[in-house]
Amino acid sequence: MNRSFHKSQTLRFYDCSAVEVKSKFGAEFRRFSLDRQKPGRFEDFYKLVVHTHHIANTEVTIGYADVHGDLLPINNDDNFCKAVSSANPLLRVFIQKREEAEHCSFGAGSLSRRRRPLALREDGPRRRTHLHIGLPHDFRPVSSIIDVDIVPETHRRVRLYRHGCQKPLGFYIRDGTSVRVAPQGLEKVPGVFISRMVPGGLAESTGLLAVDDEVLEVNGIEVAGKTLDQVTDMMIANSHNLIVTVKPANQRNNVVRGSRASGSSGRSSDSIASRHSLPAAHVLQNLPPDEMESDEEADVVLEGVLEPRLAPRPPPGSLARVNGAGLAPGLHSPGREGSVQRLLSSLRSDPRHSLALPPGGVEEHGPAVTL
Amino acid sequence: MRRFLRPGHDPARERLKRDLFQFNKTVEHGFPHQPSALGYSPSLRILAIGTRSGAVKLYGAPGVEFMGLHRENNAVVQIHFLPGQCQLVTLLDDNSLHLWSLKVKGGVSELQEDETFTLRGPPGAAPSATQITVVLPHSSRQLLYLGTESGNVFAVQLPAFHPLEDQAISSDAVLQRLPEEARHRRVFEMVEALQEHPWDPNQILIGYSRGLVVIWDLQGSRVLCHFLSSQQLENVFWQRDSRLIVSCHSDGSYCQWRMVSDSPQPEPLRSCVPYGPFPCKAITKIFWLTTKQGLPFTIFQGGMPRASYGDRHCISVVHSGQQTAFDFTSRIIDFTVLVEVDPAAAFDDPYALVVLAEEELVVIDLQTAGWPPVQPPYLASLHCSAITCSHHVSNIPLKLWERIIAAGSRQSTHFSTMEWPIDGGTSLAPAPPQRDLLLTGHEDGTVRFWDASGVCLRLLYKLSTVRVFLTDTDPNESLSAQGEEEWPPLRKVGSFDPYSDDPRLGIQKIFLCKYSGYLAVAGTAGQVLVLELNDEEAEHAVEQVEADLLRDQEGYRWKGHERLCARPGPVRFEPGFQPFVLVQCQPPAVVTSLALHSEWRLVAFGTSHGFGLFDHQQRRQVFVKCTLHPSDQLALEGPLSRVKSLKKSLRQSFRRIRRSRVSSRKRRPAGPPGEVQEGSSRAERTGLQNMELAPVQRKIEARSAEDSFTGFVRTLYFADTYLRDSSRHCPSLWAGTNGGTVYAFALRVPPAERRMDEPVRAEQAKEIQLMHRAPVVGILVLDGRSVPLPEPLEVAHDLSKSPDMQGSHQLLVVSEEQFKVFTLPKVSARLKLKLTALEGSRVRRVSAARFGSCRAEDYGEHHLAVLTNLGDVQVVSLPLLKPQVRYSCIRREDVSGIASCVFTKYGQGFYLISPSEFERFSLSTKWLVEPRCLVDSAESKNRSHPRNGSGPEKSLGRARNSGSQSDGEGVLKEIQSTLEGDRGRVGTPTAQGCPSLGPDSPGPFVKVAQF
Repeated sequence: MNRSFHKSQTLRFYDCSAVEVKSKFGAEFRRFSLDRQKPGRFEDFYKLVVHTHHIANTEVTIGYADVHGDLLPINNDDNFCKAVSSANPLLRVFIQKREEAEHCSFGAGSLSRRRRPLALREDGPRRRTHLHIGLPHDFRPVSSIIDVDIVPETHRRVRLYRHGCQKPLGFYIRDGTSVRVAPQGLEKVPGVFISRMVPGGLAESTGLLAVDDEVLEVNGIEVAGKTLDQVTDMMIANSHNLIVTVKPANQRNNVVRGSRASGSSGRSSDSIASRHSLPAAHVLQNLPPDEMESDEEADVVLEGVLEPRLAPRPPPGSLARVNGAGLAPGLHSPGREGSVQRLLSSLRSDPRHSLALPPGGVEEHGPAVTL
Repeated sequence: MRRFLRPGHDPARERLKRDLFQFNKTVEHGFPHQPSALGYSPSLRILAIGTRSGAVKLYGAPGVEFMGLHRENNAVVQIHFLPGQCQLVTLLDDNSLHLWSLKVKGGVSELQEDETFTLRGPPGAAPSATQITVVLPHSSRQLLYLGTESGNVFAVQLPAFHPLEDQAISSDAVLQRLPEEARHRRVFEMVEALQEHPWDPNQILIGYSRGLVVIWDLQGSRVLCHFLSSQQLENVFWQRDSRLIVSCHSDGSYCQWRMVSDSPQPEPLRSCVPYGPFPCKAITKIFWLTTKQGLPFTIFQGGMPRASYGDRHCISVVHSGQQTAFDFTSRIIDFTVLVEVDPAAAFDDPYALVVLAEEELVVIDLQTAGWPPVQPPYLASLHCSAITCSHHVSNIPLKLWERIIAAGSRQSTHFSTMEWPIDGGTSLAPAPPQRDLLLTGHEDGTVRFWDASGVCLRLLYKLSTVRVFLTDTDPNESLSAQGEEEWPPLRKVGSFDPYSDDPRLGIQKIFLCKYSGYLAVAGTAGQVLVLELNDEEAEHAVEQVEADLLRDQEGYRWKGHERLCARPGPVRFEPGFQPFVLVQCQPPAVVTSLALHSEWRLVAFGTSHGFGLFDHQQRRQVFVKCTLHPSDQLALEGPLSRVKSLKKSLRQSFRRIRRSRVSSRKRRPAGPPGEVQEGSSRAERTGLQNMELAPVQRKIEARSAEDSFTGFVRTLYFADTYLRDSSRHCPSLWAGTNGGTVYAFALRVPPAERRMDEPVRAEQAKEIQLMHRAPVVGILVLDGRSVPLPEPLEVAHDLSKSPDMQGSHQLLVVSEEQFKVFTLPKVSARLKLKLTALEGSRVRRVSAARFGSCRAEDYGEHHLAVLTNLGDVQVVSLPLLKPQVRYSCIRREDVSGIASCVFTKYGQGFYLISPSEFERFSLSTKWLVEPRCLVDSAESKNRSHPRNGSGPEKSLGRARNSGSQSDGEGVLKEIQSTLEGDRGRVGTPTAQGCPSLGPDSPGPFVKVAQF
């Protein structure tokens, strides 16, 4: 790298007919140069790129950043020539694996979007022909404060959304006491509090929860009267879409509302969370069958005889079906063969080794003490 | 629109729910945990046992049982029945006295606490002054004499425990009235014995621990005579004719004293050290009983030679040259001898010796030569060897029932033929409506078959799997090892034997097919035995097969225990269940699930590594499937690989369980069992106040696939259903793992005529990964009418309607966190109930049950009975998964109680409240097994003590004998009539069984599908 950098320096100054190329694949950079006047054919360029990155046997798409910072594809001789000729002075080339380019398409990385769109789609125009009605596919929900208009100002309802995010939820809860105002004065009641945040975890990275925040509700169900273990189990069971209502320990950052009247008619983004009712009501609440499909938690059903799990890649064309239509968009693209296997492997290679065992879950049924 | 409808309060449904569901804890089966006192009423012929947790249990004729619980959590030290009355007095270790009585209410007797009393000394007196050591209920029925540590004897008037100061007998008063030569004894110390004159109520005997015994005249307040022994006094017995007094002492001797008033007796008539001449332990209690034949029975506890037999728990019986020292395996709490009650009879003529040991009750027939034990109809020692699993089978066909009883009767030939001598009271409970079996698996490799139909849990038959294996000790040796000519003449009695030769023998899973008599039993070292009921003794070899569950896996090493060695060659088996196939899983991990299909002749078994299917007709393995995740190291190496010794770790874990049981209150103090109240959490809140110092933290993290034990097979289930397409149904095997995976295999079972020729084939048809990854604890298939599929052979025996194979079947998967209904054969989710997300509780046990209505004779519904990790039992409706009712049943800290729970198929259940006791509960209004009995003494009717407002509302303790029924006669009669109504229906084809779910009891089936 050092050498090539040195070389590029010389090029920039002494050889004006050469175009300096900075090619990026993943986190790796390669630098090389092309002749501005005679760039050659796209096929040769493709081979060169693949060769310099040592990714000869993977399908990739190549794009470049134009003067406006937009990411444009290089997939034929014409746009290749255009890319080389418009390089000023550096040609920034981005390489992505073909399947990644399709799946984590735009939108997700909002931070870097200004500089360069994330993904390329070779067949973009064709896709755009049929319109999606419903929630946009290219967006995924992110963790946020919700129901600001419903929740009292001193409280905060936070949705921790971890689909497609590999970070652990990463926080701990504990028992504690909080003080409530009761008719007969201040009253000490037991409560559940956030005791610790795991550095780098989802909870910390959102910045929406903090140590010593009191947990009041989990997915719309009050935690008062429940034990720490019960609250733990409730949170783990809801971990794919966890909505916690907390009373922040630091009350200075509260959202200040203009008028209460307008809040009452405000919309709620989550119907479960907006209910302030007793747990008993929720026990009886059960989703009618037609709502099942919209539940994002779909099980994976595999039919037929399966390859042993140790096999790294499934054979193409094996029978696979995903049950449930609304599977997480980031993981699922309907109609692609092998997507289930990818989905499965992505689930199985989940790197979170630090999963807390449910209390008593294994111990009671472990072979050592079986009654 | 549907989502806007409020989850309903449909009044009709609410009314129906009241007809269907009701929660009652009805009866405790087994032997009371940690008994601490024994009482017996010769007039009522009722036995009382007090426990260290403050419970009093009364037992009479089989079915006559009462239970009371002191409000204080103190040990019961003594129990005394008031002579000739339905009343008893208990002394607790906090020195309080409690008066209990059996009152007749609504036609049945109830045990209830009337009064409580603590003896108070004068201000400033030492606490020992009033520490009660002996209680003597006086035959006048008005007085209670209390001997104390200070040596004073107090008198209180019953029933109000009114202290009578003028009647007290202080040690000073006794000292003053003694003749000069006896007064030199320093102090009398505590009162060790108080006895009333056999026929003169004005004389009582007082024995002091320093060796002085006086006969006190209550009216004249004087010493009638006194005896002085040189040894510490332990106890005294006054012979029936009042002419002889026998005292026993701390040096292992006993002395006979002739009762002659006014003549001082410096020496006893006779003194004897039965197990001398070397130093002996104390004789703590003695009986000297006369017989018509002339020679007396001498029965005493202790007195064994200190050096060589000091650790034995013995009671010796001496009669006409015979002497036997009954050697008990656990500490003796107390004993009594049943004698002729009639006061006019001249002789005692003892007929039975009743011994309460710490772990069992032993009754010995004293009239039959050889003094054989009598088999108790109740108080069974469930924990002879620790219980490791249990399995319940409802509604046993009469034929199988009789065969099991016949096999069992051959095992109990050493018991006396004497009628059970404790036969007070009358049981009014209707005869049990059906025959139920409870099977318990034990640590020592035995399976016990209990008659669980009624109030008395009776041992029917005991199966030992030990003979199949080579173990260190031959089971035949232990019995004959006792030498005949030894002195002392020890004889082992009782069945309590907590020591296991080899922990690998432990039974983990049991599955009995009640129609075919096939039994599958699986154990700790991966052994799976298939047994068949045979009425004859047989000698045959057991076919052995190894099931290698890690066949395709490389590089794994099992570090746990080795597998058991099977005994080569033919083995002789006694009549009963005889094993014919032994499948040994490799690696030999604990078998965690088991299912048997008697119609297809298949047995499925699962461990932490995978599961397999075995064809026991052809004796051939059909397939094995490894369920391990490659990263699951813990399961691969064996759960105990990090612990040095298997034995040690097992012992530690059991010790831990026992400790936890001892330290905690075993019974829930809650009043009427009702819907879960917020009150319990209220109590915990106060406890939380003190938790600020070191708060407990819980990590919130999603479940991942890398969890340990994901491959652990939790449940196996056979079903004849639409697995592949909706036009043809076929046999299938379903397996659920700890990691939330469900595997479904399509089976091809050859038709009966070619069953031996063609192999059974299996092919994986489906794999479902539940996204929430919680352990799968139950799988069930519902037929077209949403009724669970019947058990195998049930339809063939005309005991069940054949399932609806026209409509679409549904698959119910119960994980610890959710209930989920899928359509079949296209497995798409239809309904779910997210229990954990809503309540924070997890499913521990689930079983389908049929709930009959208490009003409409034929009406019944199939629902799921669920036990959660919080100890709550719930009913969840089928197929709509609506929670119906919820009751708190077991304390959430009682992990072993929750783990031991089994449900029956008619809405009852059992769980262990201690290592030796099952609590029986019922969720059904219709199926209730509870004691209903009447104890009636002639006196109790005529008795009319003036009583100040001691109505039920003033009762201080809570008593229970009939569940929580207190609505009076009407309700009881109604229940009785429904129970009787059911009895009439048993055996009719309408009685429909319903399959049970869960790791313990997978289930049901229909008929063999043919391809």
